[in-house]
Amino acid sequence: MSSSQEELLQELGKKARVIRSDIIRMVAEAGSGHPGGSLSAVEIVTTLYFHVMRIRPEEPDWPDRDRFVLSKGHAAPLLYAVLAERGYFPAEELLTLRKLGSRLQGHPAFGKLPGVEASTGSLGQGLSISLGIALAGKIDRRDYRVYALLGDGENEEGQVWEAAMAAAHYGVDNLTAVLDYNGLQIDGPVADVLSPLPLPEKWRSFGWEVREVDGHSFEELLAAFEWAKEVHGRPSMIIAKTVKGKGVSFMENAVDWHGKAPDREQAAKALAELEAVTS
Amino acid sequence: MKIATRDAYGRALVELGKEYPNLVVLDADLAKSTKTADFARVFPDRFFDMGIAEQNMMGTAAGLALAGKIPCASTFAVFATGRAFDQIRNTIAYPGLNVKIIATHAGITVGEDGASHQSIEDIALMRALPNMTVIVPADAVETGKAVAAAVAHEGPVYIRLGRPAVPVLFDENYRFRLGRAEILRRGPDAAIFATGIMVSEALKAAETLSGRGLDVTVVNVHTIKPLDVETVSGLAEKTGAVVTAEEHSIIGGLGSAVAEVLAERCPVPLVRVGIRDRFGESGKPGELLEAFGLTASHIVEAVDRVRQRRVCGKK
Repeated sequence: MSSSQEELLQELGKKARVIRSDIIRMVAEAGSGHPGGSLSAVEIVTTLYFHVMRIRPEEPDWPDRDRFVLSKGHAAPLLYAVLAERGYFPAEELLTLRKLGSRLQGHPAFGKLPGVEASTGSLGQGLSISLGIALAGKIDRRDYRVYALLGDGENEEGQVWEAAMAAAHYGVDNLTAVLDYNGLQIDGPVADVLSPLPLPEKWRSFGWEVREVDGHSFEELLAAFEWAKEVHGRPSMIIAKTVKGKGVSFMENAVDWHGKAPDREQAAKALAELEAVTS
Repeated sequence: MKIATRDAYGRALVELGKEYPNLVVLDADLAKSTKTADFARVFPDRFFDMGIAEQNMMGTAAGLALAGKIPCASTFAVFATGRAFDQIRNTIAYPGLNVKIIATHAGITVGEDGASHQSIEDIALMRALPNMTVIVPADAVETGKAVAAAVAHEGPVYIRLGRPAVPVLFDENYRFRLGRAEILRRGPDAAIFATGIMVSEALKAAETLSGRGLDVTVVNVHTIKPLDVETVSGLAEKTGAVVTAEEHSIIGGLGSAVAEVLAERCPVPLVRVGIRDRFGESGKPGELLEAFGLTASHIVEAVDRVRQRRVCGKK
């Protein structure tokens, strides 16, 4: 590994730790929200915003920017933390999450907060939106790329497969979806609730190029995003195996932490754990 | 002369396609029926057939709008507003995106296909959404102008069009003003607020009533939302008797919208001509309009009934 790659991995690791702490603080302060699925995708979204995506946080409407659509909109705390750390808005504002008058709505709302590319939260819709943005890029011959983050349970929504079919039909190779495969949804393991498995085979059969990675490995994620740029004529899907609640021992793989806020004591414990990793 | 509003839509799209390079059109496997195929022939690179997948079509339209396009998404009204309601709500109306949902085959005049294809609640659904503009043109001329106005307007718009050929009421000099109810005929004895294909029926009813010595006002309410509240309440006050007429359920459509204004601003007797809380059925469009009480003679009866309940003005 080159020294610059080494530095990049360290830098991304540092950002991820800050973002995890931000998520805990935000959700604890709000008293509600979705920590589990926010924590599972930290490395994915951090990699995108701090290395992969061509963006100008100071010019959020730059027409040639790469776009990120959070289809699993309940991971809004993650998106907001990343946007704030990337400089789209002041980090102090993170603690207004879910409060009356805040730009940080419970689920991402387009037009309020710089950097939020679409209104999401009703599951299954972000891939269609991403497809539309990707098609517009093709029409206009702009070379931006569109990234969509989906949950694994979200694959149970029929619209996801409508979008999957259409994206392959129109050959939008400027579209890359990432699937946060943490294996859990509100009612239990995805395999038990209403199995969308096997995922790679399904996506391949719908005409997508598919790559499976460890969703907490920056190295694998970076390589996968590079791979996706080289896919031509069809959309690409990165299935990222993750751990729900990653980084906080008592939240990891615990379905109860899908949509529950830690109380003061739990938040302190979580932050101490995250701090311990840092030092 | 009779022309279907959907035919006028197809022609309007081709013209607007020349004027607006960023106009794109989506359809859900009904391009020949909705007439978006006219646009597809001239601008194949800006037309997307999204297949029988209305939810994805609306989401894709939202994405295109986010990237600066003006998407017109078309299918039958029942699928556009029903099948894809949540997509319209969350990805188009909530963020206020510049998507035009232009639906054809609305109402019972779909005819033989029956209730599964006859939207009787689409106005209600679209009207309930914040940010949404709702337009129901009365004829082919108005359709062309309404579509142009919708494309020029920034924000989400729903336009409701029909399947059968309907009488042409306006000439090319007609000026379409978004959000303005157009008074087509003035008279003190009652006010008929009509929308869509019921405008021509209302005009016929006014002729019949005129033969009996009653002069009624006829208003074309092409924009259901935002409703021209001033015109509605002003004419209600002047006439003291109001009839609404629409090819839609009396629940949630024009009748409801007018009732809301009257109740809050000028309570006068009201009779709603519309589909009376029931589903449609198969039949020829003309037969269905008769069977469901949506003709000029039903409007005449409604005027008579509402005038009997009138408390102010002359009896």
